[in-house]
Amino acid sequence: MGKSIYGLMAEFDSPGSLMKAAEGLRDSGYKKFETYSPFPIHGMDAAMGLKESVLGWIVLVFGATGLTCGFLLQTWVSVFAYEITVSGKPLFSFQAFVPVCFEVMVLFSGIAAVFGMFALNRLPQLYHSVFNYKRFAIASSHGFFVSVESDDAHYSEVDTTRLLEKLGGKHIETVEA
Amino acid sequence: MDKQVLADDPSKRQKLVLGDHTFASISDVVCKPIESKAPTWWLIGLFASISFLLLLLSMLGYLVWEGVGVWGLNNPVMWGWDLVTFVFWIGIGHAGTLISAILFLFRQKWRTSINRFAEAMTIFAVMCAGLYIGFHVGRFWVAYYLFPVPNSMQMWGNFRSPLLWDLFAVSTYFTISLLFWYVGLVPDLATLRDRAATKTRKIVYGIFSMGWRGANRHWQHYEKAYMILAALSTPLVLSVHSIVSFDFAASQLPGWHTTIFPPYFVAGAIFSGFAMVMTLMLLAREIFGLKDMVTMHHLETMNKIILATGTMVGYAYGMEFFVAWYSGNEYEAFAFVSRAFGPYAWAYWTMVSCNVLFPQLFWFKKIRTSIPIMFVISIIVNIGMWFERFVITVTSLHRDFLPSSWEYYSPTWVEICQFLGSFGLFFTLFLLFLKFLPMIAISEVKGIMPEANPHHGETHHG
Repeated sequence: MGKSIYGLMAEFDSPGSLMKAAEGLRDSGYKKFETYSPFPIHGMDAAMGLKESVLGWIVLVFGATGLTCGFLLQTWVSVFAYEITVSGKPLFSFQAFVPVCFEVMVLFSGIAAVFGMFALNRLPQLYHSVFNYKRFAIASSHGFFVSVESDDAHYSEVDTTRLLEKLGGKHIETVEA
Repeated sequence: MDKQVLADDPSKRQKLVLGDHTFASISDVVCKPIESKAPTWWLIGLFASISFLLLLLSMLGYLVWEGVGVWGLNNPVMWGWDLVTFVFWIGIGHAGTLISAILFLFRQKWRTSINRFAEAMTIFAVMCAGLYIGFHVGRFWVAYYLFPVPNSMQMWGNFRSPLLWDLFAVSTYFTISLLFWYVGLVPDLATLRDRAATKTRKIVYGIFSMGWRGANRHWQHYEKAYMILAALSTPLVLSVHSIVSFDFAASQLPGWHTTIFPPYFVAGAIFSGFAMVMTLMLLAREIFGLKDMVTMHHLETMNKIILATGTMVGYAYGMEFFVAWYSGNEYEAFAFVSRAFGPYAWAYWTMVSCNVLFPQLFWFKKIRTSIPIMFVISIIVNIGMWFERFVITVTSLHRDFLPSSWEYYSPTWVEICQFLGSFGLFFTLFLLFLKFLPMIAISEVKGIMPEANPHHGETHHG
């Protein structure tokens, strides 16, 4: 035995057959499987039975924080830290604070969207077992792949291989962790 | 059959990728310039650009050493080529985000062939603009006064001033554009990593692609992030040039103090940005053989946007004159008569002919689809938009309220060399981009091909 097994991987020939495979695995009760494609495939989330991304809520929280920080910064600077009357305008001229509040809100939200996305995707992760699958090098160009993890409740080397074959998978191999 | 049904059926629309391309051949075509040896013209271009970059650095060094006296500024013209060129570059930097964000939200799929290119152009143009705004303060070493940082003088910025809003707008815009660009690049960097023939390439592209593996759980968050960034960038891009226009509009000078400025500046920015994308794209498409992906349909659509925004700019020019007359304000009227017939009339009419007359030729389909003509017009528009900023900035200043202080402004050799040098910075970065990064968004182009639809090939009932 020696090395542990990550799971099974198979190649499919088109976005359509990849989606049918995902639906097939989902309907057979598999949870820990993944599909790989060089571009996002419309409808794949439903085919895999995934919930909607939570990223929007993360961005909302950071955006609100940015808005608050922008407002508090300007208020503190203009009203408390550096009380200078310019052109006879009141120190707390909140109308003039709107543009900077907006910009800081966008800045916080944008950074949250990008780094939140990387965090949810567990990236950067330079090593991953799926790269051990020989044919995987074309996944970012024109290959369509499925992986089924060995710790899925329904996983069995024989049955899962048979299911993948039935769904149209080619080059089915076990992949080392 | 109903015409509407035809238009709604994607398979009936204009094809966005021509030729017999497969997913694999798209990767091959886009990656080819990166994976092959640097061509001679590229090396020559890089050498020339770096020479101009060095010219820029020496001019900036001279400026810092001697002080702003080396520029031709005088009293009352205290803003000259420094501000003109800042607005010029930041304006060019608007097309990228427009293409990547606004056209994305409107589901304009043709954008995928040009967005990477335009975003790169945006980032480099904003860097040039940032350099100008940093140095225009005169004493560059105290530019940190602009930022709200605690300092020993217990001094803070004035948040009631549009100049400080501008700092926040431009720096946010740069950061968000850079992040947007990088997010778009990650899947394509993974493609380059997987194709890498040398160890160095594999390591470098491997690090920058962060181990991207195209898993659907990744794409799910990725698409969400992309959508959120597009939704944030859309108001952002409109806010940036609006705030730049506040630098002028919130002052009390005749010719600047007008409410038309924000929309007028935004339209002008999109206009100049598209013209610059056009100039660069026509060259790249010719040199790198990208004609199947950047088709005549793309070029024609861009020309229509240039025509539309050029007409908006022309409308703004007319409306400024109308309001100057209709308001009955004699100072405002004087400023505009002086613009059109004063000492800077040559600049004003250069601007009007470049920005209003030439783009109108795009009403004709023959001209709109002729590559040499559109190339020339795109350059004319770039020149015209530089002159627009010159006219706005200088003509309003040179006739002060006190006739005894009236003065004519012309740039010195330092300002001219600095301006030329800023193109050196822009093109150095751009050439490096062309050589080391995919200039077309590979994964996005694949995503709009008919084969990418999971229902492709299934028989449809009519």
